[in-house]
Amino acid sequence: MGAEPTKLLQGTTGDWEVVVGLEVHAQVSSKSKLFSGASAEYGAGPNENVSLVDAAMPGMLPVINKYCVEQAIRTGLGLNAKINTWSRFDRKNYFYPDLPQGYQISQYKDPIVGEGEVEVEVEPGETITVGIERLHLEQDAGKSIHDLAPKESYVDLNRSGVALMEIVSKPHMRTAEEGAAYFTKLRSIVRYLGTCDGNMEEGSMRADVNVSVCRAGSYEKFKETGDFSHLGTRTETKNVNSIRYVKQVIDYEARRQIEVLEGGGEIDQETRLFDVKSGTTRTMRSKEDAHDYRYFPDPDLLPLEFDQAWVDEIKAGLPELPDAKKHRFINEYGLSAYDASVLAADKASAAYFEEVAKCGDGKLASNWVTGELFGALNKADKDIETSPVSAAQLGELISLIKDGTISGKIAKDVFALMFEGEETGSPADIVEKRGLKQVTDTGAIEKIVDEIIAANPEQAEKVKEKPKTMGWFVGQVMKASQGKANPQAVNEILKKKLGVE
Amino acid sequence: MSIDKETVRKVAKLARIAEPEQRLEPLAKELSGILGWIEQLNEVDIEGVEAMASAVDVKLPMREDVLQDGPTGGGQPENVVANAPKTEDHFFVVPKVVE
Repeated sequence: MGAEPTKLLQGTTGDWEVVVGLEVHAQVSSKSKLFSGASAEYGAGPNENVSLVDAAMPGMLPVINKYCVEQAIRTGLGLNAKINTWSRFDRKNYFYPDLPQGYQISQYKDPIVGEGEVEVEVEPGETITVGIERLHLEQDAGKSIHDLAPKESYVDLNRSGVALMEIVSKPHMRTAEEGAAYFTKLRSIVRYLGTCDGNMEEGSMRADVNVSVCRAGSYEKFKETGDFSHLGTRTETKNVNSIRYVKQVIDYEARRQIEVLEGGGEIDQETRLFDVKSGTTRTMRSKEDAHDYRYFPDPDLLPLEFDQAWVDEIKAGLPELPDAKKHRFINEYGLSAYDASVLAADKASAAYFEEVAKCGDGKLASNWVTGELFGALNKADKDIETSPVSAAQLGELISLIKDGTISGKIAKDVFALMFEGEETGSPADIVEKRGLKQVTDTGAIEKIVDEIIAANPEQAEKVKEKPKTMGWFVGQVMKASQGKANPQAVNEILKKKLGVE
Repeated sequence: MSIDKETVRKVAKLARIAEPEQRLEPLAKELSGILGWIEQLNEVDIEGVEAMASAVDVKLPMREDVLQDGPTGGGQPENVVANAPKTEDHFFVVPKVVE
């Protein structure tokens, strides 16, 4: 079977395929750092959250944070990956002012988590499986600020030593959309597990994006044989901190590489930087031996060992993950796969939806949450956790539609009143107080209809020729009843009175 | 196993150690001697012996996720930058390093 045509990029000399792999750094949501008791919290003053261990003072020794180990295991289980009960820390040696030790403590040969896989919804109806190569624990570096002085850099080590999980994918993504969808899915998984807060603005989650291109058909050969020589030379674009930028990097790099290759050039295996303003990437001015890290086992740390029993215990305590939740929403509430994945992608949205769905109509609840509520939240720049309308209120409102107390149209008005803060409390009370109850009493509706027909004889004649113009009467009746007339009843009565079949 | 002058030059550069040109050749000989000596370990039959990570039979100790006071905790920026040649507002100030 050949590659799907949609995944090919056209060059001037033929078709190309894009191959993408991501290395995602996710900060463990711990109180203290991986190897020291200093705070891992974001936003403290310069060097406030730095212990003498993080500053690499002589004689200080690292002691590992059990919570961070547990979060790595949890995340590994969430990625359906193999947990290694024996792993080891290595020193990755390089010199940079924000790395006081002169090496980063990382895991090279023996990571805590091995191979796994995740399902990724790319768009409605299209799901791909992305292989996970590994997950390992490592220290973050400090931060250099370059714009405080013309000839100097200012170094803040607050991040130095904060625990990161580096999640390395296999080169299983083929388009910018797939890369972005995978990144989104990882974020959703770690947020469900609570192992990382997924906050990209604060740098809690960022990706190194590996991109290469090869001639159409070569990727299939790689898939069959596992032989990387079928793939092109890759570049690595560092520290991409939004889903949109991941997409931009892949698009830009694929086009750039094709242009270079078609122009007779070669791709250098290099590290690149993404420029947010221009949406382009450029070579990092780095030395030719920048990748010679001379890894060796860290003599300050013994191998990391734990029992399978601990892993089993952690596994037993895992929450329901997005995929399982999605499938349950489809089966239990009869939602479409797309609506189910939208609601399941975020833990708070999923919980909100389930509370609303207690009204007894999952489908209607889903429509209201993904439609009216998400729309209003978006417009007001709020999120589900700060929604002015509670799930209980929305559920009750939907119940009022279902039992015929109000129409869908009135429900939207009541929703808007609650959302804008003009009304609080029970929707039933709001409806009662404002006199918004639907008029189903046919006698009352007939009376209104008769009055309007009597006042507009010409329009009534017109309807007999053009039945479609009856809509005008529906509007008038609804207006006269202040939207409270039951629309079905209005239609039926109008048809009868105007003689429309 | 022996290493040559160029390898010494590269290793010195990676370790940011300034070695004068005339020291490279003698260093290559000294280091080759040390490597040759260590290589004798290859004569030992280690078939079926698990790789040893430590000479003591203890597991990696773990600590609870709590903030600590003292040298292993934060909140002491004065101490952290005390030895720095140049500081400002508790930042380390270093020659510009920008990509």
